[in-house]
Amino acid sequence: MECQECHQRQATVHLTQVVNGQKSEVHVCEKCAKENGYMNYGEENFTLNDLLSGLFHSEAPSPLKDKSSQAYPKKTQLKCSNCGLTYEEFARIGKFGCAECYQTFDERLNPILRRVHSGNTSHDGKIPKREGGNLHLRKEVEEYKLNLRQLIEQEEFEEAAKVRDKIRFLEGQLHKGEDGDE
Amino acid sequence: MSLQQFMNEAISPWMKQEGPDSDIVMSSRIRLARNFSQYPFPIIASEDSLDKVLDFFSQEFKKRSFRDYKDFEMVQMKALQPIEKRVLVEKHLISPHLAEKSDKSATLISQNEQVSIMINEEDHIRIQLYFPGFQLDQALEQASQLDDWLEDKIDYAFDEKRGYLTSCPTNVGTGMRASVMMHLPALSMTQQINRMTPAINQLGLVVRGIYGEGSEAVGSIFQISNQITLGKSEEDIVEDLHSVVKQLIDQERRARDALMRGSGIQLEDRIFRSYGVLKNSRIIESKEAAKCLSDLRLGIDLGFIDHIPRTILNELMVLTQPGFLQQYAEATLNPEERDIRRASLIRERLQLESEE
Repeated sequence: MECQECHQRQATVHLTQVVNGQKSEVHVCEKCAKENGYMNYGEENFTLNDLLSGLFHSEAPSPLKDKSSQAYPKKTQLKCSNCGLTYEEFARIGKFGCAECYQTFDERLNPILRRVHSGNTSHDGKIPKREGGNLHLRKEVEEYKLNLRQLIEQEEFEEAAKVRDKIRFLEGQLHKGEDGDE
Repeated sequence: MSLQQFMNEAISPWMKQEGPDSDIVMSSRIRLARNFSQYPFPIIASEDSLDKVLDFFSQEFKKRSFRDYKDFEMVQMKALQPIEKRVLVEKHLISPHLAEKSDKSATLISQNEQVSIMINEEDHIRIQLYFPGFQLDQALEQASQLDDWLEDKIDYAFDEKRGYLTSCPTNVGTGMRASVMMHLPALSMTQQINRMTPAINQLGLVVRGIYGEGSEAVGSIFQISNQITLGKSEEDIVEDLHSVVKQLIDQERRARDALMRGSGIQLEDRIFRSYGVLKNSRIIESKEAAKCLSDLRLGIDLGFIDHIPRTILNELMVLTQPGFLQQYAEATLNPEERDIRRASLIRERLQLESEE
């Protein structure tokens, strides 16, 4: 069977496409399959990077906006002072250069992270014991506060009082820690 | 020499054990990406700073401080031949990325090959842990322990808002990728897997055929893993994955039953034809080998074939890949030579089982 795109080479890629419930057969050679995007050679890094890179660029001002406001700051001005990576480079390679980059590019990160992580922009998992500082304590206090609200709603005041005391104790520890840091 | 041991055996010692739901779930894996806070990430780092990361591990290794986690072997990438690297990749002990970045990277591999710690991959540290069968919770628990142990010695790049900071924005947060490798021949024969994929994607999970994407994954082996690493706890991610995998196991069992009831003879025919091809062919391409091995394993699972161990699929899948074939042949082989070599290796392996 000949390739239905170039009509020259032998068709070696046979695909069944379903578009809006309509089934159609595609018979193409490997070259045309690649060129027409029928095939993805499992070069995951490549395609993922491309995709990411596309996302980042869409965060940059569009040409239209550029025309309307010439005063828009050039994106090249954003550069990590620690590793020297510019936002442009970051957008091109789709990778951060160091931990500091997260701070440097912070303002532009939320839309990107939201798309990559189904709308999420902040961490809700494990906290390292040392690096996390008093984050553990603060999280614990937050959880107790949530618990306290529920208990009050359920009118379980005795239990609520216990939780309130725990919160006071933990907050005391938090303040101690902060004083110690200073 | 221990490197030799990693090279010789096609399947890692841990793979020889059967885990829960081993008929369908081949393995469970947890990978954690971590970085030192004070050094630039490997992608941009100077040789000097890569050396510092490597040195940390060499020192710890010399102190034998990894002893708690069963004897680790430290393997420097620059000390390996290209074929040796390829074999480690085929055994999933290192990533293709690590094999490419040769000079300043290394890996620590545990004796039973269940745990490896890649150094100066895309991130400074990639902890990787495998369990046979369906044991995600156990894998997470142990990965977390190893992480705690390392964290005690390393200032991790961590941010209150973003979590563990990684080189790629797709890993930030937990830095965790949990995945399960599944053999789903009945779901792929009946095309059901394609219909289930969109629903699975909506949960922030991805299904990949391990031999590339397409309507039918060759060899019917699929990897299900989490896409999202931000905004969910490690436990929640694993729980989501767990419930989807559980569903897939049920569906696969149901599809197998239905196939047996509805077209048992056709199925039996397919299985024995594939077995015939494996036993008799003189030239076999990797795709055909993968397909036939999948059928053979299904035949074992369904009780059509009872004298061959179930691990044959895992074993031959690794053994028949280019790196291993060349390692065995002790020569560089062109694709045609590899197809011949592959066929003879499979025949020998199956012959061995029939004789025993």
